[in-house]
Amino acid sequence: MATTALDQQRVHAAHAEKTGLWSWITTVDHKRIGILYGATAFFFFLLGGLEALIIRIQLARPDNNFIDPDTYNQLFTMHGTTMIFLAIMPLSSMFFNYLIPLMIGARDVAFPRLNAFSYWVFLLGGLFLNASFLFGAAPDSGWYGYANLTSRQFSPGPNVDFWNMGLQVLGVASLAAAVNFFVTIINLRAPGMTMMRMPMFVWMSFITQVLLLLAFPVIAVALILLMFDRFFGTHFFVPTGGGDPLLWQHFFWIFGHPEVYILILPAFGIVSEVLPVFSRKPLFGYAAMVFSGVFIAFLGFGVWSHHMFTTGMGPIADTFFSLSTMLIAIPTGVKIFNWMGTMWFGSLQFRTPMYFAVGFIAMFIIGGLSGVMHSSPPADLQQNDTYFIVAHFHYVLFGGSIFALTAGAYYWWPKMFGRMLDEGLGKLHFWLMLIGFNLTFFPMHMVGLNGMPRRTYTYPAELGFATLNQIETAGSFILGLAFLVFLWNVFQTSRKPRGAVADPWNGATLEWAIPSPPPEWNFDRLPVVEGRDPLWEEKRKHGARLPEPVVGTGAGIHLPNPSYWPLVTAVGVTAVFIGIMMSPKWGAWGIVAGVALLFFGLYSWLFEKGYSEFRTPSHGGH
Amino acid sequence: MTGHAHALETSTGLDSRKLAIWTFIGSECMFFATLISNYLVQKGKSLVGPFAHEPWTDPATGQVMEPIIEIPLVTVGTALLLFSSLFIVLALYGAQKGNRKMLVGWLGATLFCGIFFVGMQVYEFTHFAHKGLTLSRNMFGASFYVLTGFHGTHVTIGVIWLLTMFVLALRGKLTPAKAVNLEIAALYWHFVDVVWIVIFPVVYLIR
Repeated sequence: MATTALDQQRVHAAHAEKTGLWSWITTVDHKRIGILYGATAFFFFLLGGLEALIIRIQLARPDNNFIDPDTYNQLFTMHGTTMIFLAIMPLSSMFFNYLIPLMIGARDVAFPRLNAFSYWVFLLGGLFLNASFLFGAAPDSGWYGYANLTSRQFSPGPNVDFWNMGLQVLGVASLAAAVNFFVTIINLRAPGMTMMRMPMFVWMSFITQVLLLLAFPVIAVALILLMFDRFFGTHFFVPTGGGDPLLWQHFFWIFGHPEVYILILPAFGIVSEVLPVFSRKPLFGYAAMVFSGVFIAFLGFGVWSHHMFTTGMGPIADTFFSLSTMLIAIPTGVKIFNWMGTMWFGSLQFRTPMYFAVGFIAMFIIGGLSGVMHSSPPADLQQNDTYFIVAHFHYVLFGGSIFALTAGAYYWWPKMFGRMLDEGLGKLHFWLMLIGFNLTFFPMHMVGLNGMPRRTYTYPAELGFATLNQIETAGSFILGLAFLVFLWNVFQTSRKPRGAVADPWNGATLEWAIPSPPPEWNFDRLPVVEGRDPLWEEKRKHGARLPEPVVGTGAGIHLPNPSYWPLVTAVGVTAVFIGIMMSPKWGAWGIVAGVALLFFGLYSWLFEKGYSEFRTPSHGGH
Repeated sequence: MTGHAHALETSTGLDSRKLAIWTFIGSECMFFATLISNYLVQKGKSLVGPFAHEPWTDPATGQVMEPIIEIPLVTVGTALLLFSSLFIVLALYGAQKGNRKMLVGWLGATLFCGIFFVGMQVYEFTHFAHKGLTLSRNMFGASFYVLTGFHGTHVTIGVIWLLTMFVLALRGKLTPAKAVNLEIAALYWHFVDVVWIVIFPVVYLIR
């Protein structure tokens, strides 16, 4: 096919760096979308952290009345929902977006506009969920939304509807992104980048996308059934009409347990990139790492009822889910030993990312061990619904996911922004975080085993929980301080000139071969991969560190045009769900307007000029 | 610049959009698996009639009523939906060979079947509602309407999608080079059919 005038225009347009607000609104560049994800998710992370601090102030003293029980319910619900759906998942998405195309040697994701759509839907869903605070009606039935707490009878207000519709919107974003990254990883790998040569982060991301694809439809249906119960008078989870509240728990945890791995597998991937580079050794047991990840994901669909031991499922179900849960410790143990094997006899370089990665291993082991403890039903009967559980999942989600995501932030910051974060402040961040984290969450094991219940706004003085709770509150403020140090570090770094080299850590993966930050088209020439750790291979052949790459002009490289239709379509999707929860009269108009906007956006998107021939922009013009 | 020949290269040789629709279908399997599980879990839990397969007593009049499910019309709809899967294969063949008559004709036939099916469902829903089966009436009503309703929504989206393709075909824009666009729509259409093959016996035939 001949090169048209339109193509030429686009090729020239690619040369100039695009700036300004409009360029961000219309961007389809995976790197910019990654940064948008990161910034938005970090904002929500701070919001969720603030909610946690208010909870901690309330619990600092027995019989405290800093906030009332109602507000407390809203805060713990929003803290959980925010941290899971608006912080950790999209922070992982930031790394998916920014890194997957760079690591597999592609110019973008398979569907750049769908990628933008995912981000906009996520942003609108997050804002919508938090808009509930403005109405004084934030969700208050826990992030798990157990029936019948969520029924009209017991939650007449719009609180649960905000949660229900908000999660539906966020689910659309996650599914669209999952399809996109799944296809990207399968289809846009550079020549020679076979599946078993992919960086471990890409592998863990790939498995995460599969989990998203298979788990999110289940919660979508559960939320739809809840919506019908609340709006259209069905009784799926209402016992008086013949329904079964327990069914909600099954649906929720069939989604909810894979969700746990959706939160942790990207963290595994990040740590598996950081440890080899700072140990100056290839990742130990690559294939075992891949297959243990696959095995964890597979088992993740067969353990959901370990969240439900106290519901009285009977000995057979209890035994099955107990055993399958214990089984997960095996592939997880394989991973932990492989990380240690990677460091064993390595030339360890303790830079900031390495601090966080090693901290991750230690903290995650603690969380993993307490997880194995409540895989035993009799033990779980004692631990269920106490602070022991809160301690456990914060050790895996904070001690696991957040430590690893922070390691990733320090590690890839120079690649993303062309500036190195300060090492001294980074290490201060680490120590404050490690100390604050353990002060906050370790005592929860003890108060939990002594019977302090979760989700209860206060406790009487006679129970003797006060001292440990005070320590926890003090720890939580140290944690808050740790992230202020991080923000200060980011602010200081942003004032420095861009000076980061392409490969500051002597990295092994392809993203370090190109300038920091990378040009819009990523690679001047698409790399040809001949093994695992391709950049180390190249350096070995070269006999030394590679010369600093020259920033190319990008001439002749096709890039997809910017587009605002993904945003229009995302607004349409969100409007539909807002319409559902409005009054019948206005809601119907809201839904009609939303569907109209959705179709208008979608058709404009599908028939947008200059796009039809761009099926796989990452492979154009090499 | 090596041009557009390279723009189609992928690691697997598969068109990325085709892979995407397969991925989406995989995800949709879980969506319908959950809906069908819900239907089966709720089966037999209705506290009052109308029931699907058993006679029921109207509490208002004390009259014994017939089971609400009527198989003949749905069977016609089912048959047409299944035939439409064949028709769309023929339409796709026409698109790939550049045979516009074949493309437009068979695509029209597919659309007819799809629209008939949606119409059949609209008729069935209103008919059942008249007989007293509403969403809130009993567990059968709730799980029946949600399951078949979401399937019907999928068929409707398929009809809109195929209508778009039909307009493109009429305007001569569905060239053999772009037949893959129809193929992607056809994959979705087949999937919606396959789901109905499960739903039909589960809801209408198994007592």
